[in-house]
Amino acid sequence: MSERPTPQEIVERTLSLSSTHGCVVLVRTVGVANLRWARSTLTTNGETVARSVTVIALVEVDGGIASGSVTVNSPTLDDLPGLQHRAEELAVEDGAAEDAADLVSGMAAADWDDGVERATAAAFARVAPEIGAVLAAGRADGIEHFGYVEQTVTTYHLGTSTGVRLRYADHDARFEGTAKSHDRTRSSWVGRGGSTLDGLDLPELDAELRRTLEWQARRVDLAPGRHPALLTPSATADLMIEMYWSSVGRDAADGQSVWSRTGGGTRVSELVVDPRVTLDSDPAMPGFECLPFVVTTGSSASSSVFDNGMPVSAVRWIADGVLENLITTRHTASEVGLAHRPDVDNLRLEVEGATGSLDDLVARTGDGVLVTCLWYNRVVDPQTLLLTGLTRDGVYVVRGGEVVGAATNFRFNDSPVDVLRRIDDAGAAVPSLGREMADYFRRTSMPPLLVRDFNFSTVSQAY
Amino acid sequence: MTQVIDEDFLALPLDACADAALARGRDLGAVHVDVRVVSTLTQWLRLRDARIEGSSLDVDSGLAVRVVVDGCWGFAASDVVTPDTARDLADRAVLLARTSAPLTTLRVDLAPEPVHVGSWASAYDLDPFLVAERERRDLLADRSAALLAHTTVTHATASLHAVKERVFYAESSGTRTTQQRVRIEADVVAIAVDPATGAFETMSTTAPPVGRGWEYVLGQGATIGGARPWDWDAELAALPDHLAEKMVAPSVEPGRYDLVIHPTNLWLTIHESIGHATELDRALGYEANYAGTSFATPDKLGTLQYGSGLMNVTGDRVVEHGLSTVAWDDEGVAAQSWDIVKDGVLVGYQLDRAMAAEFGLPRSNGCAYADSAGHTAIQRMPNVSLQPQPGGPDLDALIGGVEDGIYVVGDKSWSIDMQRFNFQFTGQRFHRIRHGRLEGLLMDVAYQATTTDFWGSMRAVGGESTYLLGGAFNCGKGQPGQVAAVSHGAPVAVFESVNVLNSAREAGR
Repeated sequence: MSERPTPQEIVERTLSLSSTHGCVVLVRTVGVANLRWARSTLTTNGETVARSVTVIALVEVDGGIASGSVTVNSPTLDDLPGLQHRAEELAVEDGAAEDAADLVSGMAAADWDDGVERATAAAFARVAPEIGAVLAAGRADGIEHFGYVEQTVTTYHLGTSTGVRLRYADHDARFEGTAKSHDRTRSSWVGRGGSTLDGLDLPELDAELRRTLEWQARRVDLAPGRHPALLTPSATADLMIEMYWSSVGRDAADGQSVWSRTGGGTRVSELVVDPRVTLDSDPAMPGFECLPFVVTTGSSASSSVFDNGMPVSAVRWIADGVLENLITTRHTASEVGLAHRPDVDNLRLEVEGATGSLDDLVARTGDGVLVTCLWYNRVVDPQTLLLTGLTRDGVYVVRGGEVVGAATNFRFNDSPVDVLRRIDDAGAAVPSLGREMADYFRRTSMPPLLVRDFNFSTVSQAY
Repeated sequence: MTQVIDEDFLALPLDACADAALARGRDLGAVHVDVRVVSTLTQWLRLRDARIEGSSLDVDSGLAVRVVVDGCWGFAASDVVTPDTARDLADRAVLLARTSAPLTTLRVDLAPEPVHVGSWASAYDLDPFLVAERERRDLLADRSAALLAHTTVTHATASLHAVKERVFYAESSGTRTTQQRVRIEADVVAIAVDPATGAFETMSTTAPPVGRGWEYVLGQGATIGGARPWDWDAELAALPDHLAEKMVAPSVEPGRYDLVIHPTNLWLTIHESIGHATELDRALGYEANYAGTSFATPDKLGTLQYGSGLMNVTGDRVVEHGLSTVAWDDEGVAAQSWDIVKDGVLVGYQLDRAMAAEFGLPRSNGCAYADSAGHTAIQRMPNVSLQPQPGGPDLDALIGGVEDGIYVVGDKSWSIDMQRFNFQFTGQRFHRIRHGRLEGLLMDVAYQATTTDFWGSMRAVGGESTYLLGGAFNCGKGQPGQVAAVSHGAPVAVFESVNVLNSAREAGR
């Protein structure tokens, strides 16, 4: 049996086996360490590592260039010829690809020879005892704790037959905590994301959980309907991520999106939301650094295997309320007449002139409904991007700039695009973790928003 | 057709890995050690307007070791399947268990299970991974092209998703099992766009995913209970007309309607409002930070009036072609079936071995599952099904009994709160019912209800002729997140006076 090869050996050996039009090899090594607790006791934990190797064969066929993509776990060097062969077979059977294009060439990273970076339980050396202290204090005070902490490191090695050799180590961490008290009739939540757990302040997070549990001592009747909503940065993040994922250029040009223009084409260059709003992404955004080049194992409306290795640049999706860009591949960009804009794994929303924290925003709000986070958000109508979902773990009534008590949870029906048209006030953008999207998209910088006429459709009895 | 487990999986050093990890775990003081080797093949194929948009084949393999040491779990996994790795994983899992002990106040106890040794493969005729990519592509392209030939259809998408899961399990009690199961789902979606108005609508096929092979996509296979072969030709032939009618359908007047719900929609309501609500780990609070809890708390077992007296819901991991069907779960527990709701009353939960022991039950009902070697087994949903009424009415009789209502077909958007009270669903087609007859389509329909009110309003349940096994590949739960495939059998059923929203008005239009 072969020794376990390095990512670089896998890339070079596989590329040397290729005799077709071209080849892309991606080695993705994912290390994850996690702790999970519930009912104030640790429940599960894990420390795992997995390497996947994707071979994308590009083969000349009748009518153009075909692509075939095969991914396997941890192959030996002996496995690589079979992998290459299977990818070539798939390509030939699939036929000419509509997104065929020249591979980017000649980009070689200085750190190409660096190895894989790992995530281990050592990441919890400081945090685990602090979690233990929070759980113990909660037990003494009648508070149950539930939560999850994770450190992930994904190392990418990408090589192509056109000389690309790119490496990137993506460090990603998150913390989520839920606290319940009074026979679980009160419930609160906090979440934080980041590259590492270094900045996590457990005492501060626990204080926030306890403060909001205390806010729930008084219940305030609030009928469903349209109310001014104070959306935390987490709630804002979940709405913006849904909108971002619905911003695919081809879908818009096909007439199937909120960004489709009546009469055909897209709404790019139209004023679509409040002119104070800017939504952007940048792989170099400080504190939110992410993959600076395209990595994809399969083509779709928003990705093309032929774009692997292309640089990912800063992009303004909406600027001063005007839709400037949509997610495109080289192929779809050319097809629909837009700029090539690959998706980026971070997102920032800013409202011009907005200042202060969530607490500041509450203090300057007359009447409103403060929403901790949103859950089970789903698209009801893509044409308006109407979403439905639920409030979760804390809905508070604000009167005269102060929280006066807690209301029930509600089902909402509203569109993030419309939300951005109804902003009455906003705070400064801060690092945030969307509750619903935390599994998929964690690098967001979002402001708290005061949104008029938010549609709290019906009462949810959940608490 | 009786299948056998793939030779390439059996050629892995399964027993040697198990022997190495079990011995090492015991030497280090573990009172329980289990070892899983998992190899999952996944095929994706997606076409847009009869041309391939994307295609991929993924093989995910790995080795997992889980231990109980000093009453605490420890878990470690790797993508390398060798005895040396197995020993190393046992070391790491024991270390993690001991490191975690200071945070653990509730000791892990596992309900006992007899020792099982054997192998099993699910029922399918044609292994989808042995079908040529060209054949798969051509079939989906032909179906897409047929839709695109209609003037109403502006675009058509088609997709195929096939999975083959091979699992070896061994534990310190002596259980040692090997299993292989195949599942498949396919759809074709017709899209109409009116550039003049900006309006667009979609209409999808409603074929449920099932535990069958490529024969299902061909429209072949035998009917076994609710697992039926799909008549693709008939559904595809009707799709453009449905779409054209939907484009000009009147917008629904919001209010209360009697709903006749087809299994292609009702399976999802069952999944969300019964399936997840009766997971004991949720009911006890273990998912409070993520998936949520449940209104169906253990103190209500045996007394909670979940729905009308017509409501009988079972859990099982045995029904043929079910997506959750196995012979043994990922804790070595033999597959079973049991009652969850009987005559409208909550009588049962879904369990894994730790939940069963904590709840004081003598045995798990076999609902442990991990979606890969990289994840630890947690309690996941079995096939949860609403039973048909023996000798009950057929579809025509059920619609004929409704004076003023809506007939709901196919699933689309879904959402439910974290305690499984308040839900909202849409669908593919909403047919107006007046005086017991269908009178054309409606648009902008969403139905919204509270779980026990909804099931309490169920006034008629169809017979076996209306029963269909629906389901999904992508049920999510747990942190780190895991996905599971699950089936839900349902008859056509009638619900009285359900709140119907107009989604366009909800959007302020």
